[in-house]
Amino acid sequence: MLKIRNLDAGYGGLTVLRRLSLHVKAGEIVTIIGANGAGKTTLLKTITGLLRAQAGEIVFNGEDIGRAPTERIVFSGCSLVPEGRQVFPAMPVKENLLLGAYVQFKRGNKSEVEHDLERVYNLFPVLKQREHQLAGTLSGGEQQMLAIGRALMARPKLIMLDEPSMGLAPLMVKEIFNIIVKLQEEGNTVLLVEQNARGALKIANRGYVLETGRIIVEGEAEALLANRDVQRAYLGRDINE
Amino acid sequence: MSTYWQPESESMDRKELEQLQLERLESTLNRVYMNVPFYRKKFDEVKFNPDDLRSLDGLSRLPFTTKNDLRENYPYGLFAVPLREVVRIHASSGTTGMSTVVGYSKNDIKTWSNLVARVLAAGGITKDDVIQIAFNYGLFTGAFGLHYGAERLGASVIPISSGNTRRQIKLMQDFKTTALVSTPSYAMLIADTMMEMGINRNSLSLKYGLFGAEPWSDSMRKEIEDKLKIVATDNYGLSEVMGPGVAGECLERNGLHIAEDHFLVEWINPDTLEPVKPGEVGEMVITTLTKEAFPVIRYRTRDLTRLVPEPCPCGRTMRKMTRVYGRTDDMLIIRGVNVFPQQIENVLFEIEGVAPHYQIIIDRKGALDDTTVNVEVSESMFFDEMKKQSQLKETIKKRLASELGISVEVKLVEKKTLERFEGKAKRVIDNRKI
Repeated sequence: MLKIRNLDAGYGGLTVLRRLSLHVKAGEIVTIIGANGAGKTTLLKTITGLLRAQAGEIVFNGEDIGRAPTERIVFSGCSLVPEGRQVFPAMPVKENLLLGAYVQFKRGNKSEVEHDLERVYNLFPVLKQREHQLAGTLSGGEQQMLAIGRALMARPKLIMLDEPSMGLAPLMVKEIFNIIVKLQEEGNTVLLVEQNARGALKIANRGYVLETGRIIVEGEAEALLANRDVQRAYLGRDINE
Repeated sequence: MSTYWQPESESMDRKELEQLQLERLESTLNRVYMNVPFYRKKFDEVKFNPDDLRSLDGLSRLPFTTKNDLRENYPYGLFAVPLREVVRIHASSGTTGMSTVVGYSKNDIKTWSNLVARVLAAGGITKDDVIQIAFNYGLFTGAFGLHYGAERLGASVIPISSGNTRRQIKLMQDFKTTALVSTPSYAMLIADTMMEMGINRNSLSLKYGLFGAEPWSDSMRKEIEDKLKIVATDNYGLSEVMGPGVAGECLERNGLHIAEDHFLVEWINPDTLEPVKPGEVGEMVITTLTKEAFPVIRYRTRDLTRLVPEPCPCGRTMRKMTRVYGRTDDMLIIRGVNVFPQQIENVLFEIEGVAPHYQIIIDRKGALDDTTVNVEVSESMFFDEMKKQSQLKETIKKRLASELGISVEVKLVEKKTLERFEGKAKRVIDNRKI
């Protein structure tokens, strides 16, 4: 579904990602783990076209989106749940969700939006309860649900999540990871960027470990959990353990 | 038809495979550059920065790694992880020269077991089989590799090790062994011993044989299959790269599927070091794509094989290599001509009245090489019939001369006078002092 080959990307003259290659197959949860500053967010920004690739190719469903503008990328079915949720605090929950359906309106699928809204409410009953509440009054976890729901409203083929567990209480983190598994069960494909390596690897099929802009290990999530480099660097395993 | 052990990998779309290989190659290069001073130095010497690699072809810019590099870094110099992360250490069997040391992480052992399970499944083995492993257990990777793979598959493993051939046969009868794992020459010895003991083959449950660790010929396969009434497949591997499981035959028995999702194989001309044309005989050069503890980059195996370009009817998309024709260091240069022992073996197998045991002795007389092939004759050949004897000798000489392009002396010897081998056979005695 998503295939990246030899991607270089960064800001201005600065190259953050170096010769990065990865792929995501339909129906998979693939996770990118790495410390702060490893280039995880840069990667997502480049896939969504917010940053222009310096070299390499990004192919989404057979289409080269490496040079495409963001709106076309979203149109082709690639949705981002950004870091820090980025919901509109002064707008009600429902309107936040409808904003996500923008591409569905543009696609002429207006009649399906109502049904999609129901689907999101089914997945997150709490959003239905708070339908008319301003998004800014929601808890962090609820805002995260709203951000995911908003992405789903675009009927994406690939959902990319940037640090969805950040700043959430442990119980809520668990809840969010459960939701991601549920998304997969419903046939969605997920690219998950996380600092919470253990949580991410537990639900993912495969993973890539990013270090200073380069992938240093890739493999089945289970194998990465057993990789001692990964354990020491990202799972907080004590060196003398 | 044999079953797949990891169907998604073994019949992976070639395009997907290429992407996977690229990703794995890139992360392997990043890791070795970071963690192994030897590789960092070698890359720097040719001004290669891993960030510059943009395709699988880019690999050809990298220097080769040789057996000698491994020796010079004895024992742990090429390990890419600290020793505390290594859970197993093996050493090469030292067929030629000093042994070399390799290590495995937990994940490496798991990958290895799965790749061997693939080979076993391709060779017809299932979890219902009782598998007798007649490889020498020890530092050599053969026995433990097959052992873990067979357990992973769920077969019942008899870790009998090699040697004590009569006991091997007794256990085969008592334990109802269905599959034999050994070197081909040991399988031959077992077959011969069985005949000597007067054991009826039909009293055994043996169905499959998986043979490896030394080069053998198709004629030898036929002989083993006939004598033991089994389906014999070839498998390939070497300690420096992992051990058994690098490649293995399916029941088509027409080439060995390479685990290309874990190993990148190139074929080069051992003299010019240039790549050979696809399908031409060349020395295999292997780069590991997933090894954690002991990755190797462009390792020169010294094994001569050929890529089989045709797709396999079994459905596996992993490309095949032919059986090993010989090793670059087995290659004998006799009177300036390149000769492989396997060529001689092939000729002998095709001649009636000759047992599959032989020995090649090379001496230097004056300035010339003098080669003698000692050949055992089978029972049907009577030593009192001088005429028949010299006829046979002439036939062998003629055929060898036309196959090799040089003339060699042939000596017929009585049955069971040549040494038998329980492990790897040593059939060449080179007395030349140059």
